[in-house]
Amino acid sequence: MKRVASLIRKELLQLKRDVRMRAMVLVAPVMQVLVLGYAADMDVRNVPTAVYDQDRSSDSRAVAEAFRASGAFVLAEECSSWSDVDDALLSGRAEIVVAIPPGFSRDLRSRASPQLGLVVDGSRSNTAAVALAYATGIASSFGARLQPTAAPRGPSVDARIRVWYNPELRSRLFMVPGIFALLAMVFTIILTALAVVKEKEAGTLEQLMASPLRRGELVAGKLAPFLLVSTVTLTLALVAVRVFFGIAPRGSLGLLALLSVLFSVSTLGIGLFVSTLARTQQQAMLFSIFFFMFPMMILSGFVFPIENMPAAIRAVTYFMPLRYYLRIVRSLFLKGSGLAVLWPEALALAGLAALYVSVAVARFRKRM
Amino acid sequence: MSGSGDGPAILAEGLVKRFGVFTAVDGVSFEVPPGRIFGLLGANGAGKSTAIRMLCGLLAPDGGRARVAGIDVARDPEGVKSRIGYMSQKFSLYGDLTPRENAEFFSSLYDAGGGGRGDPIARAFERTGLSGGAGRPEGVLTRDLSAGYRQRLALACAILHRPRVLFLDEPTAGVDPVARRRFWDLIYGFAEEGAAVLVTTHYLDEAEYCSEVTLMRDGRIVAAGKPGDLKRACFPGIVLEIECGSTGPALEALRREPWVEEAAVFGSRIHAALAPGFGSDRVSSLLAASGAGEAKIRETDPTLEDAFLKIVSSTGAASLGGAGSGPTGGGAR
Repeated sequence: MKRVASLIRKELLQLKRDVRMRAMVLVAPVMQVLVLGYAADMDVRNVPTAVYDQDRSSDSRAVAEAFRASGAFVLAEECSSWSDVDDALLSGRAEIVVAIPPGFSRDLRSRASPQLGLVVDGSRSNTAAVALAYATGIASSFGARLQPTAAPRGPSVDARIRVWYNPELRSRLFMVPGIFALLAMVFTIILTALAVVKEKEAGTLEQLMASPLRRGELVAGKLAPFLLVSTVTLTLALVAVRVFFGIAPRGSLGLLALLSVLFSVSTLGIGLFVSTLARTQQQAMLFSIFFFMFPMMILSGFVFPIENMPAAIRAVTYFMPLRYYLRIVRSLFLKGSGLAVLWPEALALAGLAALYVSVAVARFRKRM
Repeated sequence: MSGSGDGPAILAEGLVKRFGVFTAVDGVSFEVPPGRIFGLLGANGAGKSTAIRMLCGLLAPDGGRARVAGIDVARDPEGVKSRIGYMSQKFSLYGDLTPRENAEFFSSLYDAGGGGRGDPIARAFERTGLSGGAGRPEGVLTRDLSAGYRQRLALACAILHRPRVLFLDEPTAGVDPVARRRFWDLIYGFAEEGAAVLVTTHYLDEAEYCSEVTLMRDGRIVAAGKPGDLKRACFPGIVLEIECGSTGPALEALRREPWVEEAAVFGSRIHAALAPGFGSDRVSSLLAASGAGEAKIRETDPTLEDAFLKIVSSTGAASLGGAGSGPTGGGAR
């Protein structure tokens, strides 16, 4: 225990002396939350929109006005031919074009179904999908407003959608907790991997191995300081999220802390594992980024829903601590869930933490 | 702690280590009694460090047996670790800690605090000449200190727990001659107190300081013995140092004679080893006849380097394999 304590003390002393490292630990989390928090906003606002009005009626102008008034779209230009439409999309001046065919007003008034063309720039599929949904909504509500007396179409399902937890469906509320989780992952993996490989490079690791220090003590002495550092980092990030975005977890802070520790131990284990593969700090960086952080970012449901992935890839995601932690963080931030709901994730995290740390320790023994 | 009794402090028997298809150490045996300085010599890649790592319990041997301080290394590597001092190739200390912080850290790893014999750090610093005098300010980080200072600090950290067996792997690499000389004085001190010291080096002049030397080449031992014995075995006759006007013809003439066992250029001079019973008069008449000009001839002591050059060339080695010169090229001989 005394040896572990002096290892921790040594590690913190080195961290304290390393100006760049200190800056990274203290400044980076706040910066990351800020930059990513503002940027990771997938809400559709101010989409440049072109209108190709072939009807030129008061109704067609009302359609254009409805789009503008929604706030999601900005009228960028008026097209007077299909080649104009093509040009507007190609040049990027517009991302969506509302084409109103001749006879729109007539069809509308005569209760025939009027047609409205929506041309979307599919090269920005994210925006396109959301913009299209918005636009469809506007178009249909426009129709409903003008046709309140439309003939009954037989029995219909009256679907009323209520969104809970994030009533405005603000993507920031969804993304910011995710960024918080990413931050936890990046810091723990990289700091541990680098700290061990640095000692390997300097030859001090060999000196440690030649001492009576036991492997368990060495591993504990390497993991504990970075658990401490990641706790500080996450606390700072939590404050930044609160101050800048007014987002605070609705669930218990204690539970968040507990599960964050579990998550951190699993990613620290990954960092330690990386350190047994790499000989240099550059290698350690590349290994962590390409084999662990990048796949986890993409496959853990941070951006793409896991349900959409093919079964083989979904199987891989079960081994990613980030998958569970993301769910935990989002639930705690948005829903305020408790352990009664989150216990499967907590259990999975505990399992993965044990798995990764023991794999790393086993590899550690073989390497020396 | 003298439980090892009267046996050798270090015993290697047929040690083998393979890395894939490459055999780094191939059946190496030797023993070092307490109080002796044992020099393990050879070029980089000859297997010296691998042998040391096996003896320190850092690498498991693929064959053979090793006992250090009376403990079987394969059976109880951790037991060995607490009884030895190990100084690895690069004076591996934490550059971003001060000397005292380094010493405190390593002291805590070895539980060297107790014992009631005063502060082990003060004692180790005293032993290695680090305390007081030099007037090193406390706050200086280890990486900002000279190589010679760091070398002695690494040694201090290796002796905090008063080990009876010391392994020093290339302890003098990159250190200036004065500091090297001073370092060897420290090593003598430990040996006089009864510690067994195993040193690797590729400076052959340093090997002369050892009580016994072993030359390794491609993982095998090619020569072993006391430096004096080795030299006498290699050069039963006298060795001459010859300085003359034109070295080339003189060398050719010498090499033609069957009673000249070895003739080699050393700087601007020639070293010639003669068969027993031959003297310098034969050489001066030979050189006078060969037209090599005025020659100054004097008898000299063969160096270990002479001996190893002869051993290496007679073991059928095409190249000298850099016996005596490191890959760093910094070999100040």
